Amino acid sequence: MKVLRPHSVDDALELYERHPDAVPLAGGTDFMVAWNGGSENGRLILDLSALASWRRIRDTPSMLRLGALVTHWQLQQETLVKKKFPLLVDACATIGGRQIQSRGTLGGNIANASPAGDTFAPLAVYDARVRLRSAAGRRKLPFMDVFAGVKKTHLRPGELIELVELDFPKKPARQFFRKVGTRSASAISKTVAAGLLWLRRDGTVRELRFALGSMAPTVRRLYSVESFLLGKKPTPRVVKEAVALLEADVDPIDDLRSTRFYRMEVSRNLLRAFLRSGS
Amino acid sequence: MPSVSESFRRKEGPEKLTGVAKYIDDYPLPGCIHGVTLRSSIARGVIKNIHFDPAFDWGPVTVVSAKDIPGQNYVYLIEVDQPLLAEHQIRHAEEPILVIGHPDRAKAYEALGHVHVEYDEWDPVLTMEESLDAKRLLYAADNVFKRIEIVKGDLDAGFALADFIVEEEYRVPHQEQAYIENNGMAAWEEDDGTLTIMGSMQCPFYVHKAMSPLFPREPDKIRVIQTTTGGGFGGKEEYPNMIAGHAALLALEAKRPVKIIYDRHEDMLATTKRHPARVRHRTGVRRDGTLVAQDIDVLMDGGAYVTLSPVVLSRGILHATGPYECPNVRVVGRVVATSTPPNGAFRGFGAPQTLFAAELQMEKIAARLQMDPVAIRRKNLLREGALTATGQMLRESVGASTVLEQVLARSRFADKKKKYARWNQSKRRPSWRGIGLAAVFHGDGFTGGGEVFLRSQARVALSPDGRIRVDAAATEIGQGTTSILAQIVADALEVPYDWVEVETPDTSKVPDSGPTVASRTCMIVGALLHRAAKKLKLALLNAGAHWPLGREAFERAAARACASRGELDFVEEFEKPGDIEWDDVSYRGDAYGVFSYAAMVVELEIDKLTYEITVKNVVTAQDVGKAINPLLVEGQIIGGTSQALGYALLENAIFDRGVMQNAQLTNYIIPTTLDTPPMDVTIVEKPYSKGPFGAKGVGELPMDVPAPAVAAAVYDATGLFLTELPILPEKLCQALHAQEN
Repeated sequence: MKVLRPHSVDDALELYERHPDAVPLAGGTDFMVAWNGGSENGRLILDLSALASWRRIRDTPSMLRLGALVTHWQLQQETLVKKKFPLLVDACATIGGRQIQSRGTLGGNIANASPAGDTFAPLAVYDARVRLRSAAGRRKLPFMDVFAGVKKTHLRPGELIELVELDFPKKPARQFFRKVGTRSASAISKTVAAGLLWLRRDGTVRELRFALGSMAPTVRRLYSVESFLLGKKPTPRVVKEAVALLEADVDPIDDLRSTRFYRMEVSRNLLRAFLRSGS
Repeated sequence: MPSVSESFRRKEGPEKLTGVAKYIDDYPLPGCIHGVTLRSSIARGVIKNIHFDPAFDWGPVTVVSAKDIPGQNYVYLIEVDQPLLAEHQIRHAEEPILVIGHPDRAKAYEALGHVHVEYDEWDPVLTMEESLDAKRLLYAADNVFKRIEIVKGDLDAGFALADFIVEEEYRVPHQEQAYIENNGMAAWEEDDGTLTIMGSMQCPFYVHKAMSPLFPREPDKIRVIQTTTGGGFGGKEEYPNMIAGHAALLALEAKRPVKIIYDRHEDMLATTKRHPARVRHRTGVRRDGTLVAQDIDVLMDGGAYVTLSPVVLSRGILHATGPYECPNVRVVGRVVATSTPPNGAFRGFGAPQTLFAAELQMEKIAARLQMDPVAIRRKNLLREGALTATGQMLRESVGASTVLEQVLARSRFADKKKKYARWNQSKRRPSWRGIGLAAVFHGDGFTGGGEVFLRSQARVALSPDGRIRVDAAATEIGQGTTSILAQIVADALEVPYDWVEVETPDTSKVPDSGPTVASRTCMIVGALLHRAAKKLKLALLNAGAHWPLGREAFERAAARACASRGELDFVEEFEKPGDIEWDDVSYRGDAYGVFSYAAMVVELEIDKLTYEITVKNVVTAQDVGKAINPLLVEGQIIGGTSQALGYALLENAIFDRGVMQNAQLTNYIIPTTLDTPPMDVTIVEKPYSKGPFGAKGVGELPMDVPAPAVAAAVYDATGLFLTELPILPEKLCQALHAQEN
């Protein structure tokens, strides 16, 4: 294995431009598994671990900027993240065990683009933006536009994730995170759900954001459900109709971890429970 | 201070805790090459051609095939049907074909990718039912490796007396042993021609016996040494024979030491698992709950070769009735061949499979009779003087009702059952709660004449400087062998625990005390050592020693007693107890010297949104005769219970065309600490007259009891009677959906 270890962002971008086939290595928690299995033999590694500036969490009056190399453990310790983005903190606490959380990074998690990425449902409902850098320049993608499929992103050759931006949301009336894994800890999710709900004074829905992970090749926002509920009161009848729309937004599969039937049933249950939790 | 009944520190504990203990991959072995195994990619067929990519640098590579075996190409076990390396015919996926060695481990793996095997592929036989059809023959004329029948009384007469007949079919899947250290073995030939094998194993003398036919030489020119072993659970009972053979073959060819260390993926793909089984019950029962007829059909999947399947089946059917007395019984057991990797030994050895069925059947009968599941068990439970299905009279040490009453009282079973029923009545609750009960028995030691056949030996030796050494082939695999054997010998000699040393199992140093399996180490090997130590003490007394002895006085006595020779030692050999009779043909008589007993109450909660099942509490009582080291016994019970909760709720080996699809711990789910509930453990001691200090066995017992208790608790919580393990949230979800519609 050959490893390139740049010490500045510019060096990293330049090296990546010259070697677009290199594997950018952040925490390496998923890559090491594949490498141990022999599927990445001989790959050139672009080790990003020396890019200290990408490990920082910074805030502006309107938003939080999370460096790509911020770890899942770091996110759980940061007061502002805990206060403003509790669903992301909840998600990070369910990833692997303590060792994995201390190594695995937010940027690595996104770039790896696993259908079961546990931070994705919260990032989706927080309307995150992903800032990309390459030797050619910068660009910004809405979080939902990053993913192209299973383990595939819309990142261009030579492009690295620099940071994730999260606008501070208005305090929601209800919020929800639930990971359903294969056991109590160190589990890969069968379905993972995150929800934010804002209500008007009359009890009608001002805004709903609900996302599901592990239910399709990429994380899905339930746009049909969200728009259906706009301006409506979540009465049992309305909720029932909303839950029935879930099938329009996700398309899970049978795999080694679970079944389509179970994933659909549980996702419907979680959505229903969230929408009715205030009543 | 007596040692027995004290929770003394494990002899090998500090070394393991501080990282000093060496596992096989920790030995550097200068000049060694690393062996990797080329395995079949098809489940059934023949090898047509093996092609080595000329572009690859084969210079530093050593390759061995079946043709290089100097002796006979088989792995010695009950039968000799399993080749060390497949030469022509392929009988399961992942079957070894070549062993490839390279000084660089990564290069050895790389070489595997440059060998291409051409096959003529045949249709495999993948299920037990397909095998029974015998449309494609894998073994003999009917694909049946072994059929055994137990008959007691008159089945038809029994059913004629029955008020109810209850029938059900139960299924249990593969289970992976998931020891923490993967299989690994090293081999080399000494200058004097001694073939030396060293590695992770349960049974050094099994490996020794398996090497002789492969590499013909005098028995003393084969030496097998156990290294610190990170768990076995049966998974290192027979498969190490295979790996040792591969390492030795490569070492002889390369004339260098060889190390073969499996990674988790290969270990899970290729090595043995618990036998899947289908168990059918037809039970005749009187209105008052008395059992009058048990007709049981046990079918097990042996995989592609015989290996240990006949004995797994034997133990399975001997436990198929559950711990109950019934006058009329028929148990028919068959283990069949399939084109899948051979299944093998795993803690419980056939009994967890049949006991799951037996105990759940009791729940079903209770439900049919609208009878309390406790009452029906009390009515039929084995007690002293009872006759088992083989006609064995239980003369002593029968703790069945004691363990049952203990768990009922300690768990407040009746109160909780009512409480949970009330909880479940309200639709607004976020969960269902349930409580379930199971009771089991487990025969200790080898079945029937097995112990007589083994004629195990063990030795206690005293050196002139007062060192007391235990020589036995019983291996420490995490269960505490070293400590308990030392405790037994210390008390027999009336000396402190610290004075007793235990020799590493090395076939050149220790006598063959049989394999470390079947819950036999404490009861059988411990008893031999107890006798040997007693003789040693007598010799010291005869030489003028007086007890109690201080260390200095003991050393003087040792010097005196050893005077004319280097060492004073006593070897004891197993003798058939006079009152034990067994007929292997009719399957009548004393199947085991004695049984251990366990009962368990499981409380669990099921999330109504996700169908996730959380075990909230476990209360268990287990009769082990005598706890030589109570903390180690408790450890066996807690560990075994966790492993069995995995069997019940999580572990789901998925096979496709005979290949395990989830052969890593990412997707083959075993319990973590957070999946382990609080456990209330009571050790019950009903002494066994032939065990050391009354001890029986405990190693396998805790594996038998949790699964049926879990299934009973799920039934209590949801009303769903699920007859197949594992009880996954997916199955509950599907079943609840079906129940609603």
